[in-house]
Amino acid sequence: MAVGPTLRSSSSPGGAVLSASGDWTGAHAADLERLSQAAFAPEGKLTIDIESVGRLDTFGVWALERLQRCATEAGVEARIAIPRDARADLFAGVEKALSRQRRQIARGDTLANWLEGIGLSTRAFAVDFAAFLDLVGRLTFCFWQGLRSPSRLRLRSAIHHLDRTGLRATPIIALMCFLIGCILAQQGFFHFQRFGATNYVVDLVTILVLREIGVLLVTIMVAGRSGSAYTAEIGSMKMREEIDALRTMGLDPIEYLILPRILALIVAAPLLTIIGNGAALYGAGVVAATYGDMSPAVYLERLHEAASHIDLEVGLIKAPVMAFVIGAVAALEGMKVQGSAESLGLGATASVVRSIFFVIVLDGIFAVLFAAVGM
Amino acid sequence: MAADEVISVSDLRVVLGGREVIRGLSFNVRRGEIVGLVGASGSGKTVLLRTMLGLLPKTSGVVEIMGVRLEHATALQSRRVGERCGMMFQQGALFSSLTLRENVEFPMREYLHGSDAMYADVALAKLAMVGLTDADADKLPSEISGGMTKRVAIARALALDPDILFLDEPTSGLDPIAAGEIDRLIRTLQRVLNLTVFMVTHDLNSLKSVCSRILALYDGRIIAQGAMGDMLAFDHPWLRAYFQGERGKAAQLS
Repeated sequence: MAVGPTLRSSSSPGGAVLSASGDWTGAHAADLERLSQAAFAPEGKLTIDIESVGRLDTFGVWALERLQRCATEAGVEARIAIPRDARADLFAGVEKALSRQRRQIARGDTLANWLEGIGLSTRAFAVDFAAFLDLVGRLTFCFWQGLRSPSRLRLRSAIHHLDRTGLRATPIIALMCFLIGCILAQQGFFHFQRFGATNYVVDLVTILVLREIGVLLVTIMVAGRSGSAYTAEIGSMKMREEIDALRTMGLDPIEYLILPRILALIVAAPLLTIIGNGAALYGAGVVAATYGDMSPAVYLERLHEAASHIDLEVGLIKAPVMAFVIGAVAALEGMKVQGSAESLGLGATASVVRSIFFVIVLDGIFAVLFAAVGM
Repeated sequence: MAADEVISVSDLRVVLGGREVIRGLSFNVRRGEIVGLVGASGSGKTVLLRTMLGLLPKTSGVVEIMGVRLEHATALQSRRVGERCGMMFQQGALFSSLTLRENVEFPMREYLHGSDAMYADVALAKLAMVGLTDADADKLPSEISGGMTKRVAIARALALDPDILFLDEPTSGLDPIAAGEIDRLIRTLQRVLNLTVFMVTHDLNSLKSVCSRILALYDGRIIAQGAMGDMLAFDHPWLRAYFQGERGKAAQLS
């Protein structure tokens, strides 16, 4: 029943005639394209006869119109003989629309595009940094007001988020830290054995875990788990105009949405770090007993000698600062989300990548600081 | 099913969450008709539309679109029906990460075998048909107004030159001028492209000026069908309230 489109050329006293027949519909798009680029003898007049066309739709009209246009460009005076029936309406509707768009998509040259890209991303970085400082200022102000009238701190909301980001993260963080503790101890015993320094494995593990590994693992996990969730939540609220709704009610989204989330992170991160430290040291103890031939009593005694409260403090001081940065980056990326689903995904990705990057940069800065004050 | 019937629904029942929303209704739509479905909020209009399109499961009954029962259709058949039907969702349902032109091109890319230039030309033509300019074509759905969203949604529904166009409240939330333009657009497109249109609407003006037939849905059943003038003849409290209320009268007079 479906007949492909065909063109047949003939000549008549009035000039050449191209007779179209068959179905000129989108289902035969490839054929239409081929036919619309048919070659002509570049002379005289051309009439495109569509009397015997079966079915015709916008795609067919496009092809016929392009055929006519190509002919005109080749110097042939071409016209389409449009029969006086419903097809005339179709031509009128589509041709008017088609004739309006004769537009070339401009393409700049590559070098300029590349330079423009660099410029744009530099500016975006500066804008982001300013927005970050702005948010820090607003959060501080909001927190200060909250201290003066505690009802504005939205503690109920903060506790809800503390449950989500803290309590519910405990099992996975404990498990992860336990495994890393095991691995560190196993590597320590394996390599230190060769020069008989297995006694120092406990020192190695303790200092590494308390000062660096524990807090880093926890904050990276928090960034991946809660930071991305914050960005997605705030971003979709932004998309659905919920944040604008809050603003028009005269309420501050920072007070309602962002500060409680960040407070929850700041409280959760040190607690999770303590749990993570414990789990890692426990894991190291298990490996010491099963793999390193060190009895639990000896391990505990060495642990006691190796660990100082300064090591613990170094880890715990870092945790809330890193949590603040994770929360602020997540909120910032969430507020940047525009209308599209894609921008939400980009925001969540940027939130995790940036906050992990900042956590590691901060860790480096802290290392220098602590070294300077002798901690 | 008669040759010129493109939609046929018989004895359709839909139970959702233990409640019978559609309670045994039958109707046919012939080629070239513009059928308007009216009903109070919660009377099951959208459920009926979604069931007809296979987006909701039906409990019993038969829905045939272009002679194909969607639940018995092979993958090829349902793809063909998808190609021949265009649906405009109430909120537009435009793909938010594609530009307006890409939204209209999307079904073409899936179903046709043409070139990018062809898709771009035809997509711009479709957007122009619904009254958008070239400058709008590269915007994202989040950057345009509600009325434009509806227009683009219609343009996307028309992308493949379908035989049947389903519209879910094409004029809701628009100002009277924009609503009038959409009505005129639907009429023109119906004439130009010989569409069959099935639309859910609340807009008495579009019922009067666009629809060749009205189906009134009440409590999951069709209580009346006919032209706008016939609606007044039916003696049903809801119909009387609907068509003879102040708004209804104003629409009759206009």
